[in-house]
Amino acid sequence: MGMPSKVEIETETDSMTDEPIVRYRKVAKNFGELQVLKKVDLDIAPGEKIAVIGPSGSGKTTLARLLMTLERPSSGTIEIDGELLWHEKVNGKLVPAGEKHLQHHRGKIGMVFQQFNLFPHMTVLRNVAEAPIQVLGLSQKEAQKRAKQMLAKVGLADKLDAFPSQLSGGQQQRVAIARALVMRPKVMLFDEVTSALDPELVGEVLTVIKEIAAEGEMTMLLVTHEMDFAREVADRIIFIDDGKIVEQGTPKALFKHPRNPRTRSFLSRFRNNNWKDS
Amino acid sequence: MWDWEFAFYVMPDILKAIRVTIAATLAGFALALAVGLALALLRRSAFKPLSLATIGFIEFVRSTPLLIQLFFIFYALPLSTGISFSAFQAGTIGLGFHYGTYLSEVYRSGIDAIPRGQWEAATALNFSRLRTWTKIILPQAIPPTVPVMGNYLIAMFKETPLLSAITLVEMLQTAKIIGSDCYRYLEPFTLVGIFFLLLSYPASVLVKRLEFQLKQQ
Ligand SMILES: Nc1ncnc2c1ncn2[C@@H]1O[C@H](COP(=O)(O)OP(=O)(O)O)[C@@H](O)[C@H]1O
Ligand SMILES: [Mg+2]
Repeated sequence: MGMPSKVEIETETDSMTDEPIVRYRKVAKNFGELQVLKKVDLDIAPGEKIAVIGPSGSGKTTLARLLMTLERPSSGTIEIDGELLWHEKVNGKLVPAGEKHLQHHRGKIGMVFQQFNLFPHMTVLRNVAEAPIQVLGLSQKEAQKRAKQMLAKVGLADKLDAFPSQLSGGQQQRVAIARALVMRPKVMLFDEVTSALDPELVGEVLTVIKEIAAEGEMTMLLVTHEMDFAREVADRIIFIDDGKIVEQGTPKALFKHPRNPRTRSFLSRFRNNNWKDS
Repeated sequence: MWDWEFAFYVMPDILKAIRVTIAATLAGFALALAVGLALALLRRSAFKPLSLATIGFIEFVRSTPLLIQLFFIFYALPLSTGISFSAFQAGTIGLGFHYGTYLSEVYRSGIDAIPRGQWEAATALNFSRLRTWTKIILPQAIPPTVPVMGNYLIAMFKETPLLSAITLVEMLQTAKIIGSDCYRYLEPFTLVGIFFLLLSYPASVLVKRLEFQLKQQ
């Protein structure tokens, strides 16, 4: 009596999966006088793949960095998994979140950066295994096992002992993807992860991301200039301009029938690509 | 004129005193490494009064002569506070804090050279502040500073004769005692100079080589 059975608990969590996993509410970000995000609202469903497109300087990176807790919103709220990310309740009052609160929720989010940001003083294996050891508290053995699995997944099982400087850009970025994935985040942020790569290395990185996306469960926010990739991988495309979500929709709707003139003008720069045909 | 016999006669005493010189250098430098790191970190504190106080302390120590600081620690402190140190302890503290303020700048340059992306990657992986420092930032920030640190070690070594002013019987003090006992200063002082040269020159060659190797990487 009284205690719900395990099955009931699971049923309850199942029924909650329709709740957004990430919720931006009126989120604004100013850098001094410059407002780079303007009251953005955005709900992301669990497992959803969202591609964020838009001109350079429109606020796409900032949108991701706010969720990764690298940048504090100037106003508005962000929820992750139903809980406020940047605020916490102290004595019934909402106050800016402290480091402990952030640390608690940050673990649900992972990010891959444009510039890879691998740790140059560590081997590939240690790059991936270090956070599981230092942050999750796994044993060295367990962490390395997990790390090796992840590195195999991104096709780098033979580079465990290499240092980042010995790898191509594409390989480095795949290590960075493994390093983020090994922490088993619920939401992965990819910020123009192929922009710093030589054109011939872009494909291998996009392939890895497509494979992860195809597995289904991972929620992904992908800032990208690769329109073919966005169309292929995303459930929803978001077009940001001047700090606002100007238009959003399925890849089909947004690429084939953009309604907003700014979306149209932005997409016209990619006309050469074959996205229109399919 | 130079007297070889006398030189050989006093050499063992001076060589014995080398141990004190080296011990004071190593102890002082070890303290300077710790103090320097602490100052570099305190200076970065987000708590402004603490960071300003640290900067003030660094500037104050750097703009006053080491000799006065040594006198202060050895002679003034015991009389005004009752805390007293042996000459060796006072020398270590004086050298450690004085050079610590210089080394804090060296640490700082090393830390400032770490790209922002390293901090951000550590945050994204949810490293705690402490682990970010110990696993990510310092292991990258410190190796490039080793040659500069080495140069400070050599500079500090050459400043240890100052400790004779607070009665530490290191090489120079030993030479002075011999000189006043035997009325011959030429040989003892020359020997002291030669011993400093014999130790600091190879050390500076080593530092140059380290510097070169780091540049190659
Ligand atoms: N730390 C910062 N300080 C000042 N301005 C910034 C900072 N970060 C970004 N910005 C500015 O905010 C705007 C949006 O940047 P960002 O989010 O990086 O755009 P995007 O990723 O869409 O190119 C740009 O004008 C950029 O210069
Ligand atoms: Mg960007």
